[in-house]
Amino acid sequence: MATVSMTVNGQAVSGEVEGRTLLVQFLRENLNLTGTHVGCDTSQCGACVVHVNGDSMKSCTMLALQADGAEVTTIEGLAQGGEMHPMQQAFQDNHGLQCGFCTPGMVMSAIDLVAKNPNPDEATIREQLEGNICRCTGYHNIVKAVQQAAKATGG
Amino acid sequence: MYDFKFHSAFSVDDAAAKLAAAEDGTVMAGGQTLIPVLKQRLANPSDVVDLSGAGLSGITNNGDSVTIGAMTTHAEVAGSSDVSAALRSVAEGIGDAQVRNRGTLGGSVANNDPAADYPAALLGLGATITTNQRDIAADDFFTGLFETALNDGEIIKSVTFPNATKAAYAKFPNPASRYAMVGVFAAQAADGVRVAVTGATDCAHRGPKLEAALSANWSPDALDGVTIPADHINGDIHGSPEYRAHLVVVMAKRAVAAAG
Repeated sequence: MATVSMTVNGQAVSGEVEGRTLLVQFLRENLNLTGTHVGCDTSQCGACVVHVNGDSMKSCTMLALQADGAEVTTIEGLAQGGEMHPMQQAFQDNHGLQCGFCTPGMVMSAIDLVAKNPNPDEATIREQLEGNICRCTGYHNIVKAVQQAAKATGG
Repeated sequence: MYDFKFHSAFSVDDAAAKLAAAEDGTVMAGGQTLIPVLKQRLANPSDVVDLSGAGLSGITNNGDSVTIGAMTTHAEVAGSSDVSAALRSVAEGIGDAQVRNRGTLGGSVANNDPAADYPAALLGLGATITTNQRDIAADDFFTGLFETALNDGEIIKSVTFPNATKAAYAKFPNPASRYAMVGVFAAQAADGVRVAVTGATDCAHRGPKLEAALSANWSPDALDGVTIPADHINGDIHGSPEYRAHLVVVMAKRAVAAAG
């Protein structure tokens, strides 16, 4: 076992992990932050996407020890003072979710997408979200939600 | 995943020392292939030496070439103004956005997946791989299925890509995995016309017939009538050897057209 320390949603945290402990396991099992989901566990589906030092990454394909010293943001870290993040609000407004399982990863990927492409067209959104799978196939409203959020955040 | 002892390396020398001290160690770059491999228990290293803190990231424009550190991510290459459009498009087409934020040039090159994109770019531009031991020409590097010229304990530090007069990469991605069904990198490179093919055989390789035709006439039409025999071409549920052999010429034409 080794000690890992990082900042998660603004809070300094640390814990004892094995070499093989995945970042998503650390978040869910050590920190009880179960908003980050494990869908496929094979880096295909994107339900586990979190931000590590500002970039979206698949937390099922990263070791917890690789995030030592990093700033990690999960879906639980987005709402501020009881107000949803504009991307979360846009998903609600546009019915950008059906069963909701993929939603945390979709939202985290979409925020990174808009940060890097402030004014994305539909093709860019679909291309940049290809690492997130919605098994309800609700992509149409997800794309609409990302477009609304991009406008709301100054794109 | 079997457990292993995790180490962070602070330099290439530190990584080499930690690897040498391990019973059966391996280095980890971005981990976008190695972690899935470990999860499937296809590998069982005693120690994993992580290179992310080893100072191997960054892009240097040398005027007539560009040197890219082994730990530079695909996203960084795709977004760099020091990198040619052809090379940027290779990086941009790998995996998905999250994989590109972690996956690295050095990891892709060392892994030498038969359908990986970067090996075609290295061969197509006549790149040089710099390790902690020596320089290796791309032409001598990719030796077989997941096999390279790297010795045990040898670690890639950077790759230097000479500028090309014209170059482009055309890829037919598998619709599910985004790996290349076939990808062709074609260039008027520093030392003449180079054409490299990935996805078609056990590893990326140059296409002498395509190079000969394009050396005589740099035009998609020059490849009319060129055929690639289906012997030794990969076949699977996604495409037969004959289909992939045909795709090689089609992708080569598209690459030449895109290069202009």
